[in-house]
Amino acid sequence: MTGLRSAVRVLVMGWWLQLKIVAVNAFDGVLNIVYPLFFATTALLMYRQSGSPQALVYAALGAAVMGTWSAMATSASGALQSQRWQGTLELLVSSPTRMALAILPITAALATVALYSLVATLVWGRVVFGIEVPIVSPLAFGAALLVTLASLATFGFLLSVTVVRYRTGWALGNLLEYPGWLLCGFLVPMDLFPTWVQWIARALPPTWGMDAIRAAASGASPWRDIAVCGALGLGYAVLGTYLSERLLDSARRHGTLALT
Amino acid sequence: MSARFIAAMRVLFVGGIISFRGLFNWLNPYIYVPTMLVAPIFQVLLFAYIGRSAAVANDAFYLVGNAVQYASIPCLFAMANTIAGERWTQTLGIVLATPANRVALFVGRSLPVIVNGGFVALFTLAVGARVLGVTIPAGAWPGVLCAIAVASASCTGLGLLQAALALRVRSTAVLSNIVFGVLLVFCGANVALDAMPAWMASVGRVLPLTHAIQACREIVAGSAVGDVLGLLGREAAVGGVYAVLGLVALRFVEDQSRRRATLELQ
Repeated sequence: MTGLRSAVRVLVMGWWLQLKIVAVNAFDGVLNIVYPLFFATTALLMYRQSGSPQALVYAALGAAVMGTWSAMATSASGALQSQRWQGTLELLVSSPTRMALAILPITAALATVALYSLVATLVWGRVVFGIEVPIVSPLAFGAALLVTLASLATFGFLLSVTVVRYRTGWALGNLLEYPGWLLCGFLVPMDLFPTWVQWIARALPPTWGMDAIRAAASGASPWRDIAVCGALGLGYAVLGTYLSERLLDSARRHGTLALT
Repeated sequence: MSARFIAAMRVLFVGGIISFRGLFNWLNPYIYVPTMLVAPIFQVLLFAYIGRSAAVANDAFYLVGNAVQYASIPCLFAMANTIAGERWTQTLGIVLATPANRVALFVGRSLPVIVNGGFVALFTLAVGARVLGVTIPAGAWPGVLCAIAVASASCTGLGLLQAALALRVRSTAVLSNIVFGVLLVFCGANVALDAMPAWMASVGRVLPLTHAIQACREIVAGSAVGDVLGLLGREAAVGGVYAVLGLVALRFVEDQSRRRATLELQ
């Protein structure tokens, strides 16, 4: 029981500390809020030409959630790289706390900051493009959003642990930004893709999360999508925890922790 | 030939290449391939598929627009890094303490950047065309190459201005991301200028890449290079203005940084 209490305390305090750090970090602020707005604006300008109000609502909701993926793909993989540059990565992994418990709060804080991006993009769509996104079931919408963010945090956690071992691992996060935007159904309907691409997309939690958010907004039942999204997120957390120990062992054996 | 001229030429060409090799950790294939070769293909795919979904333009429109626009990533980030990289390695003060000709110093650093930016755009165009099944006639490639070279040089001009800002702004990556985003929205890569609000189109016309993207689209559609010389001329002029502004700003900010002792602030 003491171990569980200690783990929860590390997670909560770590999340709060990291949240305060990323909230005042200009790089994360721009990357999480302003940068996705450029892509959202471009996408909304494109959809506006189609002349369909439904298409604009579809795009506005997708563009809003799109920024949360960036927060994970780019920022989470960059977060541990920053620790490496600052010389604190070795301290982080040599603490008596399990590495997973030390890293998960970082990605959870980034997922929380991603909420700014979501709200900012919705407001941007409303103010600049006059798009009002109707939310028929606010409760289900909130639940879908929270589970999506939590699963994104665990996916980001999986990405970030690779950086512990591979110093160029952050480039993987940059690489995944566009494919995630493309595949997760934020702005492009899934049925435009070949079947094999749809299978890849279905292995990513945000695809289910986006479906759940759209279902909740339109009044349909989102609970199945929420459950799958949560299960996938849990799966990524387990995989990330397993890999974190293995990769840390490997990094210690190869002496790569301090390599920039 | 005077010794000063020869020294300036050495700084221009030899110094430029050494600086490019020394300052950019993305020359590591594990970074270069994902960020410079794979990511732009996905940018092309993203907007081509949004275009299919919105049914407003064909794949060739988005392919050309995004391939040329992506040249801004290597051009902007590399030029900002000419300052930020030196600052990080604590050599900025040493570089700026040299009596080297400043125009040769900074223009020299921009030459490999132009080549790299052009290569990234050309690679994206060729591979993106293959992936999307867009046919670019063989006879169009010399013209495309010409348009991309002008686009890359023009965007590097803007990069020079950004390098000047990097002397005062420490978060150069933030700055580069913002400028990249502005170019994405305004330079007509995904939304034709005539489909934008008038003020946005006006902004787009004074930014690099806008005219080159338009020229490249016309060449791919079958126009001869001679038909788009006006567009390419405007693109070169826009880039030239930014480059001159950049060099003037570099001189000014360098002087200010010496006065305020802010050169080496990390």
